[in-house]
Amino acid sequence: MSRYVIRRTGAAIMTLIAASIVIFAFIHLIPGDPVYVMLGDGATPEQVAALRDRLGLDEPLVMQYLIWAGNALRGDLGVSIFFETPVTQVIAEGAETSILLASVTMVWIILIGVPVGILAAIRQGTLIDQGLSGLAMLAASLPTFWVGLYLILIFAAGLGWFPSSGYPSIFEEGGLVNLRYLVLPSLALAAPNAALILRLTRASMLDVAREDYIRTARAKGIRPTRVVLRHILRNALLAVVSAFGFTFAALISEAVVTETVFALPGIGRTVVQSILRRDYPVIQGVILITVCLYLVINLIVDLSYRYLDPRVELE
Amino acid sequence: MLSVENLVVSVRRGPEIVRDVSFEIAPGEILGLVGESGSGKSMTSLALMGLLSPGIDITGGAVRLDGTDITHLQPHQRVARNCGKVAMIFQEPMTSLNPVLRIREQLEEAINVHDPRAGPERARELLDMVRIPDAGHQLNAYPHELSGGMRQRVMIAIALACRPQVLIADEPTTALDVTVQRQVLGLIRELCDSLHMGVLFITHDLGVVAQLADRVAVMYAGKLCERADVGPLFRAPLHPYTNGLLACLPDPESGNAAFETIPGAAPRPGAIPEGCPFSPRCNRAQETCRSGPVPEAHGPERQVAVCHFPVRQEAPA
Amino acid sequence: MRQVLMMLPTSAIRRPITALGVLFLVVIVIFAAASPWIAPYPPDVMDPVNRLLPPGGDHLMGTDHFGRDTFSRVVFGARLALLIGVGVVAFALGTGVPIGVLSALFPALGRVLMRMVDVLMSFPSLLLALGLIVILGQGVFNAILAIGLIYLTTTARIVYGVALRLKAEPYVEAARSAGAGTWWIVTRHILPNMISPLLVQASFVFAFAQLGAASLDFLGLGAPPEIPSWGNMLAESRIYITRASWLLLWPGLMIVLTAFSLNLVGDALRDRMDPRFREMVRR
Repeated sequence: MSRYVIRRTGAAIMTLIAASIVIFAFIHLIPGDPVYVMLGDGATPEQVAALRDRLGLDEPLVMQYLIWAGNALRGDLGVSIFFETPVTQVIAEGAETSILLASVTMVWIILIGVPVGILAAIRQGTLIDQGLSGLAMLAASLPTFWVGLYLILIFAAGLGWFPSSGYPSIFEEGGLVNLRYLVLPSLALAAPNAALILRLTRASMLDVAREDYIRTARAKGIRPTRVVLRHILRNALLAVVSAFGFTFAALISEAVVTETVFALPGIGRTVVQSILRRDYPVIQGVILITVCLYLVINLIVDLSYRYLDPRVELE
Repeated sequence: MLSVENLVVSVRRGPEIVRDVSFEIAPGEILGLVGESGSGKSMTSLALMGLLSPGIDITGGAVRLDGTDITHLQPHQRVARNCGKVAMIFQEPMTSLNPVLRIREQLEEAINVHDPRAGPERARELLDMVRIPDAGHQLNAYPHELSGGMRQRVMIAIALACRPQVLIADEPTTALDVTVQRQVLGLIRELCDSLHMGVLFITHDLGVVAQLADRVAVMYAGKLCERADVGPLFRAPLHPYTNGLLACLPDPESGNAAFETIPGAAPRPGAIPEGCPFSPRCNRAQETCRSGPVPEAHGPERQVAVCHFPVRQEAPA
Repeated sequence: MRQVLMMLPTSAIRRPITALGVLFLVVIVIFAAASPWIAPYPPDVMDPVNRLLPPGGDHLMGTDHFGRDTFSRVVFGARLALLIGVGVVAFALGTGVPIGVLSALFPALGRVLMRMVDVLMSFPSLLLALGLIVILGQGVFNAILAIGLIYLTTTARIVYGVALRLKAEPYVEAARSAGAGTWWIVTRHILPNMISPLLVQASFVFAFAQLGAASLDFLGLGAPPEIPSWGNMLAESRIYITRASWLLLWPGLMIVLTAFSLNLVGDALRDRMDPRFREMVRR
């Protein structure tokens, strides 16, 4: 057990180190002197010197990386050039929106994708299955921002059921009711992802249904609903649950577009604005944090597999 | 007593896979069903179990168990109607057990269906019946922690949980090592005798049939071509196909390695020749064999072959 | 080839929706090839008097906030859609296939290359593309590279998996033990058997390239605004949606139907494929 945990964790850390080198190299891959790019042409020599100093650009590259990585480990991702506040603070301000948006979206994905996928699998080959599978394919082909714009047009501008943009923190005035600001964005973001989970659920249900042990279960004389629930579903969900991890991590990145459409103060919108403002430390910080998140989620999924699937050996 | 009468199984909008098959299995008797792969023997067994895949149906004939018609009933419907039980074990013990459930859970599931009032000791009792050592410990194991032979014993225990009148064993030892194979065969014989249970033993291996079965049915292209007690069949096969199969067995006495072979290949469902399906490959075939119905030829005891020109001399040594 | 053509009518009957999808893709290709002849107006001619006209009359799909003819811009937009799709597929396959095949053939090299692919995969896809746009700058070609980089990783993974399977096939082992060289094995055994998984992957990549490019356009980080791409049209019409919702409809519909058609084609191709590899090219 512990050996497996250590090996998987070690692999994740190696990937993180490699990824951090790529993210660090990012600022040096930008053509031109990053300092001038960031400050614009009208910068005074003093400003340039100060920024060079602050970014440590005069040190040798290896030293620069070690300083940057060391600082990152201590929770210091540098200072935003635009806001002149620590990057961690800039990210923290968007974190609530982004995490809540991804979580609410995840709820939709699970609530829609899994049961409908099961239904399609149980009714395999019927019109219901063909209709649902076709709809899922269509939904997977939807650009989230387009769905978002239509949701705004219909449910915000037209019917006025939900606010069209912005998100005040649930810790401020309004409390949990503020979640209504996330209803439309999360639905837009969920549409293509729920479709993918639906297709995956259906496919793995059908895969498992072909297994020999399902025939054994039926031979026992247990009722078909029980065969589906206890034998097919349980094994099929193993594959689906591992996809939840990927999906959640992917949502943080896909939310970039959704947050822009709905003007949500999340990390995604911060990234887009930072790109337009050439605020490179913020971009670096966000990418580093999302990569970490992705690796941690995958690690958790991998390790929890041990409890879900006894075949994963103790090693 | 399980009786199969003129059973026909077909693919929906497709060919017949099992054609007009009849046989009976008495309590305490092992019937060996022999045939090449694709001859329809597994389809026959799935039809008896009510486990045919969607798109494959019983389109003729009947399956009766102690007089009750169970032809179109799936296993859970047989439980609901409280009729007699047919149980089945499969070729691949590796994949026939659910990998994420403990042996106990899989066994108790079957017990709960058929013996809802049985106590927790019933699972242990079943494992003891199939001679699994240290049963109390093995109950908590997962399938992947057991060897192939042990898994097949667990499969037999699950099958016995319904107290079946008939056990169908579809190539149950093909995937096992030779030594383990012998043990499992011995166990099946023993359970058949002690529980007074009929067994339909499906195999392509005539050697196994000779050791284990009381009676034999030989299947070719979806039809039974010969039925007989084991002794007469091996001593003097009537059907040229059976004769050919026996000639293919290595002969330990002469010790020569020059196997006989049957020329050609078995026909596929949908492309089965008219008349006697074996006629294109048969060295005794004549014009009459190639069309029309084929008569039954009777030998001594209960031996029956479907053939115009049965083999009437001693089988070649 | 003849056989394939003969099969077409029966396949079309069995999958009517996929057949419609193929038809739609043909229309897109015709739009792109013959846009100046099909479009009734040049895509960039402004007509301030006729701003935001609803569909009908002289303007089949209405006009935008500059009075430009929407239908003409939709027709010209097909050019960029095809360019992006072909470019991304070419980049993803052009890099992914060699990486995957080399990794499968040379395990030592494979450990390094596939590790690097893993690292790239740990970046959330859209952020990876955005990061590349920051480095390379905005533009159609750079958008192709940025989106292509995302699908380099998945393509390399699939190719690696398929190549490993093929390498272990008895006939490849036999060829190897008979002294066949690596080049021979790759060109005679591995690549020919890889065509159908690659075709499936290509159609999915083509489909997702449309969505990715549209996202970049929408964020203002894709094709330059003067180019009539469907994504740009959506981005520009965004503030007029309550006044002129049809501006949202047409380009969006084009993106969705293009991606949908390609996904249908990919799905149909996958169903015909060797079942052993079907698992690998699932999305």
